[in-house]
Amino acid sequence: MKGRTLVRHGKEGMKNLGRNGWMSFASISAVTIMLMVVGVFLILILNMNHFMSTVEEDVEVRVYVDLTASEEEQKELEEGLNQIDHVESITYLGKDEGLDELIESLGEEDRAAFESLRDENPLNDAFILQADEPQLTEEVASQADKLPHIDRVDYGEQVVEQLFNVTNVLRTIGIVLVLGLMFTAMFLISNTIKLTIVARQKEIQIMKLVGATNGFIRWPFFLEGLLLGVLGAIVPVAAVMAGYHYLYDNFAERLRLNFAELLPVYPLTLQVTLVLLGIGALVGVWGSLTSVRKFLKV
Amino acid sequence: MIEMIDVSKTYSNGVNALNDIDILIEKGEFVYVVGPSGAGKSTFIKMIYREEKPSQGSIIINGADLTTLKEKHVPYLRRKIGVVFQDFKLLPKLSVFENVAFALEVIEEQRDVLRKRVMEVLDIVKLKNKARFLPDELSGGEQQRVSIARAIVNNPRVVIADEPTGNLDPDTSWEIMDILEDINRRGTTVLMATHNREIVNTIKKRVIAIESGRIVRDEMRGDYGYER
Ligand SMILES: Nc1ncnc2c1ncn2[C@@H]1O[C@H](COP(=O)(O)OP(=O)(O)O)[C@@H](O)[C@H]1O
Ligand SMILES: [Mg+2]
Repeated sequence: MKGRTLVRHGKEGMKNLGRNGWMSFASISAVTIMLMVVGVFLILILNMNHFMSTVEEDVEVRVYVDLTASEEEQKELEEGLNQIDHVESITYLGKDEGLDELIESLGEEDRAAFESLRDENPLNDAFILQADEPQLTEEVASQADKLPHIDRVDYGEQVVEQLFNVTNVLRTIGIVLVLGLMFTAMFLISNTIKLTIVARQKEIQIMKLVGATNGFIRWPFFLEGLLLGVLGAIVPVAAVMAGYHYLYDNFAERLRLNFAELLPVYPLTLQVTLVLLGIGALVGVWGSLTSVRKFLKV
Repeated sequence: MIEMIDVSKTYSNGVNALNDIDILIEKGEFVYVVGPSGAGKSTFIKMIYREEKPSQGSIIINGADLTTLKEKHVPYLRRKIGVVFQDFKLLPKLSVFENVAFALEVIEEQRDVLRKRVMEVLDIVKLKNKARFLPDELSGGEQQRVSIARAIVNNPRVVIADEPTGNLDPDTSWEIMDILEDINRRGTTVLMATHNREIVNTIKKRVIAIESGRIVRDEMRGDYGYER
């Protein structure tokens, strides 16, 4: 296709947008609302995923030795642990160190109470295992659990699973909401373009009579749809960029103190921008093509 | 040039518009299609530029069989056929020049070729001095001349006209006939459906008469042949 023709189609598309001002506005707003939701959920979910992967890396398996086990039996256990597949490291944590660790993690007031336990330490000796891949933690834990002379085996099961559940729920809500909004936006866009087509039916009929190809006739509508979608993405893109910048600048430090880390502003916002523009364009083009198809059968 | 072999057309609502049509129109002919309203004249014409497909038989235009013509080739068939209607079908917001140029724009003709060619055909229909006017600012006859200009601007081999003088007063109708004859003299085949007895009986040409979907008469230099 010639450049001049593309310019012509572009102008036509723009003119159509103006001609159906209110419907265009409604379509663009629908795309905007949909993409806002997509943007917020994307940022939430990507950060949750990131958080989960950092937590997973810290996941360790604690194997507590039976209180009645003799020193020999403890040695035997350590050898057994050494033979489990996918174990990256084994650290011994004697019950005294275990108590130190516990006391350190407590507030001032409770510390005194626990200090008094020093003589009759109720804790178990423990081995701390780290799996070579976070996903294999559970597997390592269950292997360890089969060995003799064990009191119990603990790992960060609950934390990881809860995080996983929250992310899943978020993802499901996000997908349902986004799909619903996407169809609303598409419906509005295809109706806007239908208005244009009806207004230009005579023109299309003449175009067909003088031998315009369907492709040629379709172009302005295709561009009109694309434009509706992309214009709808502008506000969400700006909001995501500015909003995340603000969030990051104000909360990243505070969250880091709680061992949670926000994804850095770049490249996240750029990626989200591309996704939003892509979805906007897709919905626009899809909406326009569904409405044009019927009108070309002359 | 235009050949129909055993063509019948039944619309989807069951109306049997044409039956067993056999016709051969040679290059350069001028042909009237006459017959009472509802006889099937428009259907006959629409099948030539493939607005309607025959239910039976085959239609061959410039050597191409329309019954096997692929949908995507239809636009290229239409570029070789100029069509003129009773109601002109002009775009009201475009000037005379733009209305004619429209037919070349959609086939992506080069700008300078387009300008030259549009002025040429506006000269043929004697509207060169009204190129900037809008259709509303023209008389009915002038509007029909614009639509004829648009039909011939890409040098089609055939011009088909469905009652081109149907909305015009007698004087204006003669002007239109002058132009169609002129186009025919330049070598273009002209096929025209009409109700106008006076024209058919005065400007003697081949007459194909259709009644109730059948060809009842086909004469060189024929008459209109119906009492009113
Ligand atoms: N699109 C259509 N659908 C159904 N019937 C039609 C259609 N067009 C024409 N007809 C019918 O076909 C017959 C021939 O119509 P037409 O070709 O328009 O006749 P004419 O142009 O000679 O007046 C008429 O009975 C008309 O009602
Ligand atoms: Mg008719």
